Amino acid sequence: MSEQYPALLVIVPLLSALVVSVAGWVNKRWCFPIAVAALSVSAWSSVGLLFRVLNEGVIVYKLGGWSPPMGIAYYIDYLNGLVLPVVSIVALLNLISSKRTVEQQFPDKTGPFYTLYVLMVTGLLGIVVTGDAFNLYVLLEIASLTGYGLLAMGEERAPLATLNYLYMGTIGACFYLLGIGYLYIVTGSLNMVDIARLLPPLYQSKAVLAAFIICMVGVWLKMAFFPLHAWLPNAYTFANSASSSLIAPLVTKVMVYVMIRLMLTIFTPKFVFNTLAVHDAVVWLAVIAIAMGAVLALKERNLKKMLTYIVVAEVGYMVGGAWLGNRAGLTGAVLHIVNDALMTLCVFLVVGNIVYKIKGYAFGDLKGLFAKMPFTMGAFVIGALSIIGVPPTCGFFSKWYLILGAIQAHQYGFMVALLFSSLINVVLFFRVFEIGFYEPFSDHEGHEHHPAVMAEAPLTMLVPLYVVAISLILVGLYTGDIVNHIVQFVIPKGFM
Amino acid sequence: METITSIRPLLAVLVSLLIIPLVVVSSRSPNVRETWTFVAAVAKFLIVLSMLPAILRGTEIVYTVVQFMPGAAIKFRVDALGMLFALVSSSLWIITSAYSIGYMRGLKEHGQTRYFCFFAICLSATIGAAFSANLLTLYLFYEILSLATYPLVTHHQDLEARSSGRKYLLYVVGASIGLVLPAMLICYNLAGTLEFSKNGILAGTAASPSLLFILLFMFVFGFAKSAIMPMHSWLPAAMVAPTPVSALLHAVAVVKVGVFSIVRILTGVFGIQLLSSSHLGMAVCCVAAFTILVGSFIALSQDGLKRLLAFSTIAQLSYIVLGVALLSPKGMTGGMLHIAMHAFGKITLFFCAGAIFVATGKKNISEMIGIGRRMPVTMAAFFIASLSIIGMPPCGGFISKWYLALGTLQAHQIGFLVVLLFSSLLNACYFIPITYKAFFCRPEDAMFENKVQEAPVFCVVPLVITATISVILLFYPQPFLRLARMMVQSITGV
Repeated sequence: MSEQYPALLVIVPLLSALVVSVAGWVNKRWCFPIAVAALSVSAWSSVGLLFRVLNEGVIVYKLGGWSPPMGIAYYIDYLNGLVLPVVSIVALLNLISSKRTVEQQFPDKTGPFYTLYVLMVTGLLGIVVTGDAFNLYVLLEIASLTGYGLLAMGEERAPLATLNYLYMGTIGACFYLLGIGYLYIVTGSLNMVDIARLLPPLYQSKAVLAAFIICMVGVWLKMAFFPLHAWLPNAYTFANSASSSLIAPLVTKVMVYVMIRLMLTIFTPKFVFNTLAVHDAVVWLAVIAIAMGAVLALKERNLKKMLTYIVVAEVGYMVGGAWLGNRAGLTGAVLHIVNDALMTLCVFLVVGNIVYKIKGYAFGDLKGLFAKMPFTMGAFVIGALSIIGVPPTCGFFSKWYLILGAIQAHQYGFMVALLFSSLINVVLFFRVFEIGFYEPFSDHEGHEHHPAVMAEAPLTMLVPLYVVAISLILVGLYTGDIVNHIVQFVIPKGFM
Repeated sequence: METITSIRPLLAVLVSLLIIPLVVVSSRSPNVRETWTFVAAVAKFLIVLSMLPAILRGTEIVYTVVQFMPGAAIKFRVDALGMLFALVSSSLWIITSAYSIGYMRGLKEHGQTRYFCFFAICLSATIGAAFSANLLTLYLFYEILSLATYPLVTHHQDLEARSSGRKYLLYVVGASIGLVLPAMLICYNLAGTLEFSKNGILAGTAASPSLLFILLFMFVFGFAKSAIMPMHSWLPAAMVAPTPVSALLHAVAVVKVGVFSIVRILTGVFGIQLLSSSHLGMAVCCVAAFTILVGSFIALSQDGLKRLLAFSTIAQLSYIVLGVALLSPKGMTGGMLHIAMHAFGKITLFFCAGAIFVATGKKNISEMIGIGRRMPVTMAAFFIASLSIIGMPPCGGFISKWYLALGTLQAHQIGFLVVLLFSSLLNACYFIPITYKAFFCRPEDAMFENKVQEAPVFCVVPLVITATISVILLFYPQPFLRLARMMVQSITGV
């Protein structure tokens, strides 16, 4: 059974998507349980895989028994061993939490929604698990196309914003495909390990150089790395809350994973940091991404859109960390994939709860929210503190490694950007807290408070939210173990 | 140095967090709710007290919660200084809880459940900071304390509270993220550890003098809770909080955590050898002396009683920093002892200010002429406590000031002796007239009728207790003096 985990991970949700689709015509109430069951299997398999990797080391799984480089192989090492459970668990928690929202927002479309949802998760898990560069492209397209569908189910402006995303996303995917094409031409292989074996003698080739750069730009487009971010804020803001709280935590993080995979597995650190040697420039791009994300978030008067700009800034954290080219920076970037997925999920679930009860997410709608939804806001505070980077939440520890990496690489600009972004985050979140806490202002010198009527979200939304919020603290406290047992094996030999 | 591993430091931190669910659940029956606060306060004090004999024997108690990098862990180490601070804050929490009941119910404040919850979190963070074994743990509890104090400062939820809250966050959280966090990481990168050590972790590293200078001042200004100028102006603004908050947090816990952090930086991170050889101690002394003088002068011109006390606190906090930065054994003893002595005196003064507000609604000194006729007990306690702050017998403040003065002589710094004495004179100038006018004014000037009407008993009893302790501390300054001496001895060997 456990030998088949890599396949179950992807096959079960893929086939379940078809079942859900059919169930949607027969009886809409079946869709949700089937989707939950499918994603539970994925979550179970991914956690099982992580433990297998911890015990046995890297796992190679030949799909259909075909040997690479002809067949497709799944490689599960410490990097995707860590990312897989995050993706599957985030997707599962969000699925459970958003049941009520889906019923409220589009009761007629639950069938198509759950079909797209499960397919999208299939795509994301596939991207992470596959060891084949072309297969990755296919799964990337599955995840993207379903993502466009999910995001377009939203407010009036959602289809237009998603169309914008579709253009940019397609260009990004094409870039990636083009780069892989170059690699195929020079090496004749699509298997990542095989390409990595064949490439070193060709490092001086212009085609290889072009392949790397084109792939990288494609991936950056997909992850909304500033200035290629313009599609993200509107697409995520206007979408329905169930979709945005799936896509915002996962898509950018999975693309960061792909970037690190490109840098470490397909290419080598020697090529990226010695032959190519543009890492200083990329770190400066990350500095700009972080600063601009923070500044753009500052001008928003709308909670959800503000959060999307924070996502843009966080992408800068991870890109910068990975390109610092040292042990601490890469550790920080990998940790931040996990941490940022969790904390973005936390705050977007909060937005989901707010939209469910208040029907709005502009700053003006948030008045008196601490009294109306104390539990939701409690979780929001934990998520916000993690994004700010207050110990013992996990956001602090990944920031710790990133800043340490910046100091060790003498990239003080990156250090300043991280601190600047933390300070801006304090302003951003306390501005929201202030509205929820003070307004509407009471009369009679603050002693005449009319107790606001509590209108808390249902338990099915609060329980997943609190699972995430508490995990932010637990992951923070166990950062040492995560680094010692998992992340340190991601770092290639020779990295200082 | 002998060490014992024990979970008690962690328990002392957690005990007040554990009662929070109970406080929330019993929010509808205030008496039950306040019982939980007392249970936690007494339990916390007893746990701290149970560690005292071991500390006095010269052992240290350590407990590692979680190690996350070599040299960086969430770890507790109870030493003499931490014990001193924990004793002061945990004992005063019991008294403040009683006072809070009198004050909050006397004024029929809203949101009392929230108030008691966040108070409990603050005390957890304070004890955690006191027992921190390394800079990371200290930073962790420092940040938790900053954030948990915010809802207390802004308790009234009006426009004034919001603007004060903004100022508070800007200074306290802004400085800790903007200055302390990078300084801590640079330290870690230089020394490879954050564990406080007797000789200082930065001693013997390759840091250049200018880098050391920058790091030191990133810490000194970054720990803005210590209210060293120019990072002080959050403290007067925070006086918008209910008075028990000002009393325990802004005279004892929060501000002392700031000063305590700076003491840890001076003694545990830099080490006195490094500070004296590089003359960095002198630089800190100058900043502290400036704060002492300017703070006292500004206090002279204040009419709002709580604002006056806030500026007085700003000046007194710098006594502690000055004493330790003198690097002479007597000066360091005086500085550490002042943590305790100032706490008992200043909390009494705040209690009195709150009692006056509850009983009469007055906040300004100009409206308190003749108030001694109406509230004689309160104003007598006020007088005793102000003597303690000025540093006159028969109060505990005399001992710490005596040691501080001796410390300046021991360090051959006559200039700072003058600063200390002049500041005492200024203290007298702004405190004595308040009491004088309260009791000795012409009958036609008196603003109150000649009829005794004190604040509720829950307000009056705590301030009588703390005033009495202030007096007792002169005659029996143990265990605080002994703890301060032990700490100084372990650092300097004298």
